Amino acid sequence: MGNVDLQARIPNNVDLKEDRRLQRALESWQPDYLQWWMEMGPEGFQADQIYLRTAVDVGREGWAHFDYVKMPEYRWGIFLEPSSPDRAIPCGDFAGQPAWQQVPGEWRNSLRRIIVTQADTEPASVEQQRLLGHTAPSLYDLRNLFQVNVEEGRHLWAMVYLLHSYFGRDGREEAEDLLRRRSGNADSPRILGTFNEPVEDWLSFFMFTTFTDRDGKFQLLALAESGFDPLARTTRFMLTEEAHHMFVGETGVGRIIQRAADVMNELKTDDPEAIRNHGAIDLPTIQRYINRWFSSSVNLFGGEISNNAATYFAAGLKGRYKEEDRFEDHVVVEGIYEMPVPHQNGADVARLATEEIPLRNAMNEILRDDYIGDCEFVVDRWNRILEKADRPERLSLPNRRFNREMGIYRGWSFDPEGNPISAIEFERRSADWLPTASDKSYVKSLMTPVLEPGKMAAWIAPPRKGIDGKDWEWEYVRFDKASVGIGLGAKPSLIG
Amino acid sequence: MSTDTASAPASPASSAAATPIRFETNPDAYRHWRLSFDGPVARLSMKVDETAGLRPGYVLKLNSYDLGVDIELADAVRRLRFEHPEVRVLVLDSAIPGIFCAGANINMLGQSAHGFKVNFCKFTNETRLYLEDMSAECGVHTVASLAGTCAGGGYELALACDEILLQDDGNTAVSLPEVPLLGVLPGTGGLTRVVDKRKVRRDLADLFSTLAEGIKGKRAERWNLVDKAIPSSRFLAAVEEHAKSLAGGEGPRGRKTGEAGVVLAPLGGTYTSTGVKHKYVTLEIEDRVATIVVRGPDAPPPADAAAARADANGLWLLRVARELDDVLLDLRFNRVEVGTLVVRTEGDAAQVLAHDAFVLQHADQDWFIFETLMAWKRALKRLDLTARSAFALIEPGSCFAGSLYELAVSADRAYMLDDPDRPNSVQLDAMNRGPLPMSNGLTRLATRFLGDEEALAAAYANDGPYDGPAAEEAGLVTLAPDDIDYEDEVRIAIEERASLSPDALTGMEANLRFAGPETLETKIFGRLSAWQNWIFIRPNATGTSGALTLYGRPERPVFDWRRT
Repeated sequence: MGNVDLQARIPNNVDLKEDRRLQRALESWQPDYLQWWMEMGPEGFQADQIYLRTAVDVGREGWAHFDYVKMPEYRWGIFLEPSSPDRAIPCGDFAGQPAWQQVPGEWRNSLRRIIVTQADTEPASVEQQRLLGHTAPSLYDLRNLFQVNVEEGRHLWAMVYLLHSYFGRDGREEAEDLLRRRSGNADSPRILGTFNEPVEDWLSFFMFTTFTDRDGKFQLLALAESGFDPLARTTRFMLTEEAHHMFVGETGVGRIIQRAADVMNELKTDDPEAIRNHGAIDLPTIQRYINRWFSSSVNLFGGEISNNAATYFAAGLKGRYKEEDRFEDHVVVEGIYEMPVPHQNGADVARLATEEIPLRNAMNEILRDDYIGDCEFVVDRWNRILEKADRPERLSLPNRRFNREMGIYRGWSFDPEGNPISAIEFERRSADWLPTASDKSYVKSLMTPVLEPGKMAAWIAPPRKGIDGKDWEWEYVRFDKASVGIGLGAKPSLIG
Repeated sequence: MSTDTASAPASPASSAAATPIRFETNPDAYRHWRLSFDGPVARLSMKVDETAGLRPGYVLKLNSYDLGVDIELADAVRRLRFEHPEVRVLVLDSAIPGIFCAGANINMLGQSAHGFKVNFCKFTNETRLYLEDMSAECGVHTVASLAGTCAGGGYELALACDEILLQDDGNTAVSLPEVPLLGVLPGTGGLTRVVDKRKVRRDLADLFSTLAEGIKGKRAERWNLVDKAIPSSRFLAAVEEHAKSLAGGEGPRGRKTGEAGVVLAPLGGTYTSTGVKHKYVTLEIEDRVATIVVRGPDAPPPADAAAARADANGLWLLRVARELDDVLLDLRFNRVEVGTLVVRTEGDAAQVLAHDAFVLQHADQDWFIFETLMAWKRALKRLDLTARSAFALIEPGSCFAGSLYELAVSADRAYMLDDPDRPNSVQLDAMNRGPLPMSNGLTRLATRFLGDEEALAAAYANDGPYDGPAAEEAGLVTLAPDDIDYEDEVRIAIEERASLSPDALTGMEANLRFAGPETLETKIFGRLSAWQNWIFIRPNATGTSGALTLYGRPERPVFDWRRT
């Protein structure tokens, strides 16, 4: 594996200069990418100096470099984890054979589909979040938003590298389509439903980075076990960046909870109206946002009983989370997963009956289990904030069956504990369980920008510390004086 | 899983002991389709009730279909043709968001015996051809509106429409994933419609048929897999607009706005373990031999077309056509061990000829009478395509004349009694000279006399009546034994037939019945029989490690790599 070439037009550690064909393909894609970034990336702020980290190496130590950079000048590059020459296919029918360095013809279409589906989420989330800069609660948060955005952009580069390198003309066409689709556009939507819903406020943004990006993390973890080695190495490096996105989400929601707890203690009340009157977000509203974003993200794991999942595992295209460390049997032709499956029950209330699903066909559900376990740790840590603040309230994850739009639970109604209920009952209770129009308009009303160093919006507590050893009050964004007032990117101070 | 052989234990979907399948239904009883009308535009929307499979053991997810779904489709097309002459355009779509139709249900196929699979595919193809005929014969333009996944047999359904409109949303694709995913032949009848009807280039069709995820949007349009890919924001409006633009003007033979249809009443037959009784057609089973008796008219034809319409369900030829159709389907699906079919007629030949004359006199102008003629054409094709040995027995009291003589020439053999004391004849009329073509596009007589133009010309020039020796001489019957030999000859022929390998007979008969030119129809049925049925019984599909067997299971298929 080549060393990191930071001077190249496209920074990389894949010896791009030795592969003229690939280099030309990527260099011709690059202007289209930048054009997409200017059209669909963060609205405004493109001339401002943002204190961002840039990947400069793939070693465990010091892979990231922090400095001020204008976003369009960010050094998007291609970085893969170093290869280990004797890596074997970790799972499935070919487990133990040497990992594939080239795409096996038999699995080309499946791998392309897997990569395109993953890749599509990266620009999608940038598009979903493109207006948030205008309502950032602080410079610290604004910088975090843009860090997430540029790294999603880099993840797109990582996937496009695979498409260009290994999938010929089809791959190049798919790479173009990744820049052509638009989140929420009726005629050219992003592939997955969740990535077509706008992220309109910062509570949603933090929920998205907690729950939806965490789906991405687990998908990457499964792909990191792929027998197709370049995919495994690419996704392993992406995971190091993804960790920051989870951090932004979890601490963001945590700070909102902290603020709610502080206000409740100050006012000595848990009355949501009182909390809202004081400019914070009440816990029941936070709980409803958790319910909405968790349930929407759980959909992303695919069908509970899935032939595709079985095929992908059998072929060694995707593995389980920590396949090599956590499991002894990597072939998995035997074994079952006991799954509660809804059945017609005369009325419209489902009857759940446990069914035995062959493990391979339940691979999506196995990954979903790991994801849910990880989410539960997050909620535990949020509850610890309440505990420390001496608050009796607790937040919780809804059951995986709640509010599902995909998979075997779709079309049935379940309460947040996962009990089957009627559609009428769900409708009647949905204002308790999911964000209402008034919740959304209240949250929206809080979204006024706070963009002076050292200031923080009233609905969210400051973080304990800042980025790169700095205080949170530090000037993470330096606005371009020239553009203030002339409307470039609609400066927050001008939009009221 | 049970696979191919007749001796294999019958699985639920094939067992004659299972609840018999009935083929009559009506829109009020549909579980899987919604039929709605907006003036001249009809809409048939697929919304398969996944819990309402014909047999237990599978769930009809994602608008996948089984025979029950297709029985309703066939009924809907029939009713559109008879009951809605005002309709000029049919839009075929789905009422389930994001999915058009996922094709035949794989688990249903997996648990079905070979014979059932074959007859299921045959029936679905007959239904698709009936849909295609509706466009050609009734001038009803058909538009498939695909706003979601359209795979396998679902694409075959779209292919049966005149036009395919595809929502270009980045996701909706047409696909034939059978080769890569299931190891069987694509569609419900193979690839004939792709290359012969839509004339998709064979190299592109090859790419298409091995790409499980299918082809989307503009590329599908470029390859002519669909007629138009339309952006999703405009899709539904564009389909609507297009349907309306096609709906103007009159259809053939008085099909127009304001024209009242004819409601098809239930046939009300009685079904028992030994047969079926309808008004004019009965089926009687003894051992592995079934006798079909078709009775001639019991009254003269109506005075005019209006009188025929007034008692539409009583019109003899329509009734006979529907009853024969029903009996043949009952035979195919519910009487799987019956190998030999004896076809008889009873009645007054003069009345048959009078009814024929009436129908042919009005069929050019009157859509209903024409539709009746087409129903008879279809029933006869169903007989041609039924994989049972058919022997016609022409005896005194029979009425093998004109439209009913077609039964004798459809049969694999016809035996006619030659007994001077008990006169007996066959007669021809214009029915035998054109309006009732076989799948190959020729009349049954033309197919019979492919190598003998003189014999055909002579038969066309002489309506008869023919007695036994004359009919044998003219080639209109196979044998005309005299009264001394007849009974033994017939008994031995039937006994011998019943002793031969049913598989060999099926292959032999299908090879002999459809001489002459190839058409879309003959290719579909020929290739279906030859290839799909072969693949269905090969270990690579249905063996213990076959792709179809293992679909949905954790193991991957193991193939025998030897090409034949």
